[in-house]
Amino acid sequence: MKLTQHEQSMVRGDMGSEIQRAIEQQIQVGEFWGADRFVEVTNVHMMGDIEVMGDSGLEHLSCMAQRKARCVIRTTTNARCFDFAHVEALGQDQAEAEKEKQLIAHLQAMDVMTTDTCINYQTLYQPHFGEHVAWGDTGTVIYANSVFGARTNFESGPAAMAAALTGRTPAYGFHLDQHRRGTFVVRVEADLRDLADWGALGKVVGQTHQDYFAVPVFDGLERTASADELKHLGAALASYGSMGMFHAVGTTPEAPSLTAALGGNKPTEEVRITNADIENVYRSYDLKDGQCNLVVFSAPQLSLFEMKQLADLMRGRKVKTGTHVFVTTANTVRSDAARLGYLRDIEQAGATVLSGVCFYILQNLSEIRVRNGWTNLISNSAKIVNTITAHKFNTILRRTVACVDIAVTGMLK
Amino acid sequence: MSEVLLTIQVNRALGAAVEGEALVSSEGFSPRYDLDRWSGLITKPGHKLEGQNIRDKILFFPTAKGGIAAGWAFYDIRNKGFAPKALVFGVTNPVMVQGAVFANIPITEGWSRSPLECIETGDLVRVDPARKVIELLRRKD
Repeated sequence: MKLTQHEQSMVRGDMGSEIQRAIEQQIQVGEFWGADRFVEVTNVHMMGDIEVMGDSGLEHLSCMAQRKARCVIRTTTNARCFDFAHVEALGQDQAEAEKEKQLIAHLQAMDVMTTDTCINYQTLYQPHFGEHVAWGDTGTVIYANSVFGARTNFESGPAAMAAALTGRTPAYGFHLDQHRRGTFVVRVEADLRDLADWGALGKVVGQTHQDYFAVPVFDGLERTASADELKHLGAALASYGSMGMFHAVGTTPEAPSLTAALGGNKPTEEVRITNADIENVYRSYDLKDGQCNLVVFSAPQLSLFEMKQLADLMRGRKVKTGTHVFVTTANTVRSDAARLGYLRDIEQAGATVLSGVCFYILQNLSEIRVRNGWTNLISNSAKIVNTITAHKFNTILRRTVACVDIAVTGMLK
Repeated sequence: MSEVLLTIQVNRALGAAVEGEALVSSEGFSPRYDLDRWSGLITKPGHKLEGQNIRDKILFFPTAKGGIAAGWAFYDIRNKGFAPKALVFGVTNPVMVQGAVFANIPITEGWSRSPLECIETGDLVRVDPARKVIELLRRKD
């Protein structure tokens, strides 16, 4: 890689051992991918919680903080595994919760803003067209690349941390024009009314094209999609397909036309998705004993618009006794939802609203599942019905209205 | 040095040369979704390698799945003593590479022929990133 004088001084250790170690890691990653230089980034979004980092990660952060490592650009954090107001009620480990608090303190000592949200693109920072950033959480990455036309790769915890210390990242993948062009075409002939339909579309396309460098171009959308719809589509593509970018003709900034989205690429394939394909997704789940005592609205965290929709659907109704309903959102959204009365409507119906977390990464989730006798998990998020299966849930995707009906009646259909 | 029975070229590679027992999967992999990080066992119900332990193995996967979490997860696995010796992917993503660099685990991407058709779980193989090759050293007993 060709390094600037500033970067060379980082490598020599002129700026301290932490920056030296960070840039050395970045150079190795860059060289693996054939990067010939770095790009400066303006914003970092990182994943760092005790469940994923473990004791060794905590120890690592503690050492970094003691050695006075500091972020040189604005750095925010993704959803974590504890909402401290609910540790006891959920049956999470107090000792682990204490470690999470230490971890947060270390991050703050390094100037990381512990915002704890996976919808930073809706609540915190909207990079402009062509802006280079270093974001973690696959859903944030695919949204930044596709919807904003900003540029980032999947930057996992240690990689995002390194970018925060050096202010740059290797120029490979979606930082480069050649990887941003569409590689295959998806003709959308389905209606896509509910958020779950958009997630189902992402599942069908992602599952059959598991490749980070595959960039689907959705063509034929009959109307302009909302931010929440694109968020569920992107989250599902990233989760099932490990994808980091898509285009939607007439909707996303690098796709004014199909030709522009492909940028000279000859599409490897043309896929057609109809209403029948979406219905097949809903039909594909095993309902087991037909019992349903867990409904989850999470992954990604709900926007204020999604909170209002849930409040409208739940107002004046009651979750069936013995059934648990969880909603996760960002701290900022919770605050607005409280002020606007949505929180009250959702909580009065019997649902639990967790903030700053995502349901599938909750600490101790496998034991919580067993203790509560949860087998079936119903959600309108195509992402969570995929990611949470490691905790041995049997998951079922349903549309938003159906999810609320199931919560109220306890009847799984 | 043992005789090489078969050689596979890889496109990209990083890390030190290692030898170990192959664990070959026809399905992709995510250390967050598929793995129990307290035992090293692949626990995702229905995964092609369900019930297998990744410890000290040379892992062959056609694809990488989902998840930013791999970045910290490999380091955590290493510190818990369940690290694989190397990661061999058909197609990988940046997170796997970042995680492997941070945890000091050799990683490769791309192959001149599919290991699924020429290497079996239990075979002894060598991964040599500097030479960009994977070599079959001994068939399992």
